[in-house]
Amino acid sequence: MSEQTLRPGEVEPREGDPEITAEVVADHGLSPDEYERIERIMGRTPTFTELGVFSAMWSEHCGYKNSKPLLRLLPTEAPWVIQGPGENAGVIDIGDGFALAFKIESHNHPSAVEPYQGAATGVGGILRDIFTMGARPIAVLDSLRFGDLDTGRVRYLFGGVVKGIGDYGNCVGIPNIGGEVHFDRGYEGNPLVNAMCLGLMKHEDLITGVAEGVGNPLMAVGARTGRDGIHGATFASEELSETDDVESRPMVQVGDPFTEKLLLEASLELIQSGHIVGIQDMGAAGLTSSATEMASRSGNGVEIDAALVPVREEGMTPYEILLSESQERMLVVAKVGHESDVQAILEKWELEAEVIGRVTDDGLFRVTENGTTVCEIPGMPLVDGCPTYQREGVESPEIAALRDMELPEATEPARDLSEAWVDLFDSPNLGSRRWIYNQYDTTVRTNTVIPPGSDAGVVRIRGTSRAVAATTDCNGRYVYLSPKQGAVIAVAEAARNLVCTGALPTAITNNLNFGSPLKPHIYYQMREAVTGMAEACSFFETPVTGGNVSLFNETDGVAIYPTPTVGMVGVVEDVEHITRMAFTTPGDAILLFGDNTNELGGSEYLYHFHDLVAGPPPSVDLFMERSLQQATLAAIRTGKVKSAHDCAEGGLAIALAECAVGGEEAVGFEVELKDSLPAVPLLFGEAQGRIVLSCAAEDVDDILSVAREYSLPARRIGTVREASEGLSIRLRDQEIGADVEAIRVARRDALPRRMDAPVATSEAAD
Amino acid sequence: MRVAVVTFPGSNCDYDLYQAVKQVGGNPEFRWHRERGLDGIDAVMLSGGFSYGDYLRAGAIARFSPIMEDVVPFAEAGGLVVGICNGFQVLCEAGLLPGALIRNESLRFQSEDCLMRVERADTPFTSDYAEGQVIRVPLAHAEGNYRADDETLAQLEAGNRVLFRYVDAHGNASDEANPNGSTAGIAGIVNESGNVMGMMPHPERAMEALLGSTDGVPLFASLVASLSAGAAAGTGVGR
Repeated sequence: MSEQTLRPGEVEPREGDPEITAEVVADHGLSPDEYERIERIMGRTPTFTELGVFSAMWSEHCGYKNSKPLLRLLPTEAPWVIQGPGENAGVIDIGDGFALAFKIESHNHPSAVEPYQGAATGVGGILRDIFTMGARPIAVLDSLRFGDLDTGRVRYLFGGVVKGIGDYGNCVGIPNIGGEVHFDRGYEGNPLVNAMCLGLMKHEDLITGVAEGVGNPLMAVGARTGRDGIHGATFASEELSETDDVESRPMVQVGDPFTEKLLLEASLELIQSGHIVGIQDMGAAGLTSSATEMASRSGNGVEIDAALVPVREEGMTPYEILLSESQERMLVVAKVGHESDVQAILEKWELEAEVIGRVTDDGLFRVTENGTTVCEIPGMPLVDGCPTYQREGVESPEIAALRDMELPEATEPARDLSEAWVDLFDSPNLGSRRWIYNQYDTTVRTNTVIPPGSDAGVVRIRGTSRAVAATTDCNGRYVYLSPKQGAVIAVAEAARNLVCTGALPTAITNNLNFGSPLKPHIYYQMREAVTGMAEACSFFETPVTGGNVSLFNETDGVAIYPTPTVGMVGVVEDVEHITRMAFTTPGDAILLFGDNTNELGGSEYLYHFHDLVAGPPPSVDLFMERSLQQATLAAIRTGKVKSAHDCAEGGLAIALAECAVGGEEAVGFEVELKDSLPAVPLLFGEAQGRIVLSCAAEDVDDILSVAREYSLPARRIGTVREASEGLSIRLRDQEIGADVEAIRVARRDALPRRMDAPVATSEAAD
Repeated sequence: MRVAVVTFPGSNCDYDLYQAVKQVGGNPEFRWHRERGLDGIDAVMLSGGFSYGDYLRAGAIARFSPIMEDVVPFAEAGGLVVGICNGFQVLCEAGLLPGALIRNESLRFQSEDCLMRVERADTPFTSDYAEGQVIRVPLAHAEGNYRADDETLAQLEAGNRVLFRYVDAHGNASDEANPNGSTAGIAGIVNESGNVMGMMPHPERAMEALLGSTDGVPLFASLVASLSAGAAAGTGVGR
């Protein structure tokens, strides 16, 4: 193997560094086998600094050792993909000479320990991934999961995360255009914070993180390196325990959005200037990963003098400097002779740029300290030689039993369904998300056409007729109950959400959040979910251009629901076709594209009324799903569709009510469903492949004929009415009704009444 | 008409202001905070954002920036100066407008559409509106709660210097219609000479129907028209 070919030289242990013992190795999260492999690569005992470098690079976060074989299953290519996985972000062509860089990344572990900084730095990291590609960030989205809001701790986490995301993005000035949040006890100990960013550039401005040109200088740019976040990557690859929120706080980084804003402007100016050949965020594993990854992409080596790295405090060791995850830093490979030009640009933005090393031709990652070598590792095995594991995967019999159990109310309702309708809107999962996005600047940069609160967010591309739509989706309950099917649904739903706004789904970025892969039932979830995602992405021609893996999301042995979040982007060719979710005009016809089914498994109804996550998740017919999406887009392009809304959590009755109260002015409706199905699954079951549309009464035939062209079941189910006429749904054997105001208020207050209620101090601290 | 749009390091609405001025036929140009000199400039606009990070207090550092050493005499000589959001905060800190902007009553950042009543249509900033017109404009701030002492408030009201006030859809000011707790629902004011204006909401984000509202257009059109009229009459100020 190639790892045998390049031997590092002898390096004396640095004075004061700990000796390498089995315990020190274990503390670095490395198994005895992995350590043996390191010794083979090195041909000697590694120094403490070298061990730290291996530990970070071979962590799950950087090395993907438990997920790499699975990630290979995902489709990554399409004619419009300019940059696939392996770079700071994926890039696709969106027409008119523009390219879109986009990526999603998790900050789950830090957010569980320090929600405000954890979430804030998550946004900071994903912005840097985008602007290091040469793209200006144009939108962010956030995909969040928390436990139930009835404990003070969860409310503290939720409030802190939302404020952290808001404060960071607002200060940098990037609009938040959407995302999702789910509350379920499955996330009690481990909240999920996944942040996604979209950036826009002209094709010719694309730059990558590559250390080309032997002799070119490496420059540390932006904030100084401090002692925060040391070994964050390794920390993020371990399970949490009860005491972690105190003990692990020093591993959480601290964000400074003002410096980020300066770094953003300076980096884009730098890229435009032509003085640099490569640039990369010093993200997870800091200087170590950025330097080694940039070198490995070009097949070169790098040499860094740790003493030249600008630091915040005296006495930092090379170990600390290499592994610090201080925020708002970049590693730049400049053109030799252009160092002072780089410094001048950074100086304009009141930031520092210092030469800290150079590109070499020996393929080694060498670090010196005042002339003495403290670390010398062959670059290739360090970056690509991380051992990968394909583990045993077996389904948990308990979960299989839950899936197969008989569900309450599947045939006969056990409550007044009119009251249930209103009551469901008080669920934090179905209530309005305004409490969240009200804290996010959604309109800065004046491109936001559809802000948060709809099926997907949409930003127009100034100077063109185009727009870009984006959404994040994953229902962890579905994935928990049936991993493969749940992942297929995540992709299908994301695509459906985009289609509802008038966008053609184009590509995805994914965030694979799971528990410990060392447990067979968790590895089973990973394998099945990735397989399902791969199948669906191939089917819908939405390749995966990158993403993030977050494993070990467990506390005291309890894992989260498997949550392979899909961040999907799509392109609207003509802004005239952008469509919103809400009904607009009394008298308009209400249409249903797709079929109702007798499926109640995994529904919010069961969780809300029975505290139950059970049953098989809804089935997906991919061919029908594709017809649905194509028909919807074709109908929208006739210009006659006045609203379109995906039917998702809560089912058809919830989707219809959202269409009624989700716009500027609430309206009423009258709907009749003639399906021969039991009432609860028909109203509140979460059958996939359904979209609710509205159009003028005279356009009904035209719209339905579009559906027929795609062999899609479609029908008129009702009429939009004045708000004063209320909401009603007539079934074969009963009718449910609700007051518009009652629904509006329940939905409006679901989050505020929990988050803004005065809380006793003792409870807030529990 | 040359309109200087000031860029502090943490400005993030400067580009939006630039576009808005351009849309109504003005000639915007960015001015970096360290650049000196406003020769030939007809109006100065301070944009939204977080001028110097605003970790201390919004606008508290910006008032000491080099360009403010030119903006203050420009304003005192009668030049038109507009501060929006963070720009309003900077103008208050710099003493060009009275009062202060403290944290929203909610103690949170708020991003939403607000309704405002145009209190006067006889200023260079509002001449394209009708007096009493209710307009819909986005706001996005954490510190937009306008406060001043009783004497200042009395002077503002007596001098008819409140330009914009938060109201409901019927044009009535009320606690419910007040998004951030501002005294008397004050959203925007002018100085005593009528040439310096500050407001918290973002008219530059209400310039296109596609993005939800065009109610900001008259503000920029008013400004550019008044500058053209001033130039034609040879009474241009701040030269």
